[in-house]
Amino acid sequence: MSTFLQQLINGISLGAIYSLIALGYTMVYGVLKLINFAHGDVYMVGAFMGFYLANGIGARGAQALGMGADGVVARGLLGGGTLEPSLITALVVMLLAMAICAAIGVIIERLAYRPVRKYSRLTALITAIGVSLLLENGGQVVFGAEPKFFPELFTKRNIQLFEGASINSADVIVLAIAIVLMIALQLIVYRTKTGRAMRAVSFNLQSAKLMGINTDRIIAFTFALGSALAAAAGVLVAIRIPRIDPLMGILVGLKAFVAAVLGGIGNIPGAMLGGLLIGITETMVVGYLSPTYKDAVAFAILILILLFRPSGLLGTVAQEKV
Amino acid sequence: MPRYLRNLIIALLVIAVLLGLDFVFQGRMLNPYFVRILMLSGIAITLAVSLNLINGFTGQFSIGHAGFMAVGAYSSAYFSVNYGVNLANALGGGKLGWVVALTVATLIGAAFAGLAGLAVGIPSLRLRGDYLAIVTLGFGQIIVVFLNNIESVGGARGYSGIPIVKSFFWIFLIAVLTIVIVYNIVNSAFGRALISIRDDELAAEAMGVNTTRYKVMAFVISSALAGAGGVLLAHFDGYLNPKSFEFIKSFEILIMIILGGLGSIVGSVLGAIVLTVLPEALRGFAEYRMVIYSLLLIILMITRPQGLLGSAAPLKAWRKRAKRMAESAGGGPAAAPTNPSTAATQPDRPVGGENLQ
Repeated sequence: MSTFLQQLINGISLGAIYSLIALGYTMVYGVLKLINFAHGDVYMVGAFMGFYLANGIGARGAQALGMGADGVVARGLLGGGTLEPSLITALVVMLLAMAICAAIGVIIERLAYRPVRKYSRLTALITAIGVSLLLENGGQVVFGAEPKFFPELFTKRNIQLFEGASINSADVIVLAIAIVLMIALQLIVYRTKTGRAMRAVSFNLQSAKLMGINTDRIIAFTFALGSALAAAAGVLVAIRIPRIDPLMGILVGLKAFVAAVLGGIGNIPGAMLGGLLIGITETMVVGYLSPTYKDAVAFAILILILLFRPSGLLGTVAQEKV
Repeated sequence: MPRYLRNLIIALLVIAVLLGLDFVFQGRMLNPYFVRILMLSGIAITLAVSLNLINGFTGQFSIGHAGFMAVGAYSSAYFSVNYGVNLANALGGGKLGWVVALTVATLIGAAFAGLAGLAVGIPSLRLRGDYLAIVTLGFGQIIVVFLNNIESVGGARGYSGIPIVKSFFWIFLIAVLTIVIVYNIVNSAFGRALISIRDDELAAEAMGVNTTRYKVMAFVISSALAGAGGVLLAHFDGYLNPKSFEFIKSFEILIMIILGGLGSIVGSVLGAIVLTVLPEALRGFAEYRMVIYSLLLIILMITRPQGLLGSAAPLKAWRKRAKRMAESAGGGPAAAPTNPSTAATQPDRPVGGENLQ
């Protein structure tokens, strides 16, 4: 029982990360009907940005300023609070990585996807594959092909829940941040004017344009939002498992896409649900069956869901008209 | 002269030319490195032309081709290692024995890949567009995961000890056969049905084309040919590793046919050759090679989305589909047929032109 709970906790923590990435897929698919293959690689770039930022303003930066490893930022903001002081460093690192990746997302959209938007969706899909390959191989050139180890942004400790089941503080923080980000996204999409415009664009791009919505700006904003979430996921993953490399985004990206399809692509709560389900299933398979089949799980789920409920768990069925 | 006689003569001529070239290349008259690249191009041609049948001519966007190639490669390798060598020896161990053993291995590889194509195709060809793409990608990946776990073919360590047959004749015979098969399919009633599915699936169905059946048939043939390509690869280096059949390989084949142009056999052949030779030519910048590739791909898509030799037809069909989706999603008849260009998500021309004024 306690092993089960332990696996469940791990699964939810992993699933929250899949959810964050899946949100980017689902939003871009919503507005452009495009599978943004490069999204998983933006997540990789996010992790690397976090790596460089953390080494820049984290421990090393603080030492350069003559402070302890807690860092000047942390001490300034937290005072003598009860939280881990350097948690703030982690947050700052994450937010900066998010900002950088949002910019990268907008640049990708502007330079690669916007010029092909007037062509077919197939062209856009191939372009997305091209961007993905570019980020992976460019990443290998820029960041180096060998894996890097993410610095520890705050001290991890195991919190004993009850007999047998313990939870790592990193998992708690990852989950908490993921939930906060998802709530923030909900607020942006359902409570702001830009969010309403996004929903209008995803409902019908041409009508939205006729209603005076600057669709180009909304699409760019969607990419920024999705990429920022992917970057957050990248930093959070690196906090959990510190090993990062330029190809880490491929499989995670595909699984997150599966999560988006599972929940119903274009559907924001669906992406969150799908991510959690994929994360939990995957951890359970690793825990109870065989770790070697880990990577087949997501695809098996994908195939089943597409065969029996192609619109996904929470998606609506769109009748095709001639 | 009757048609079959003419075809027979052409076939004999092709075989004679291939045998002649084979003699030249086996005789070490040429740089072995050059010959190696040439043979790899031959394998690439088989793969690219077979993928073009399903992607370019039938309009079903499959990106799991490497998976079928893997099935063909592994099944034939298993046969060759366990029975093929014995078979060849039983037949005297000479040239004749090997010809028989290899023919059987090729047929087995193609048959297993075709069966895999049938198993994957029947359920997934109900899906369209990018859903089909992602499902084929998933199947390709699952095949790799299984290969990693089957110990009798080496698992993740790779499968070694496969009899090596570096025969120019054999590789190019399969490549030519693939081209002939695809060419004849495309120019037959069957091929016209496939093209009609690509251009407008609904219209094709309304005209009495059993679309599912044709799509599955095309998919099976395409997979079987990819399997034959896999057989060639398995016996080329005598070593197989599941890693070399991951989706990056599928993307590579895909890029070949996109570069050449979807729905163009000549284009696929050229694309296969260019993308096999180019990495070798760029060996000096090995690090930047894939970066250059991907940049080329993006630039090609922006400037000439139909590929270097392609026609725009396969892409137009996709556009039509996108249009239809936009209409059905966009709230019914008001948005529908009255002004198609305003209802389209991906219009032909940049929006804001004559239709909106």
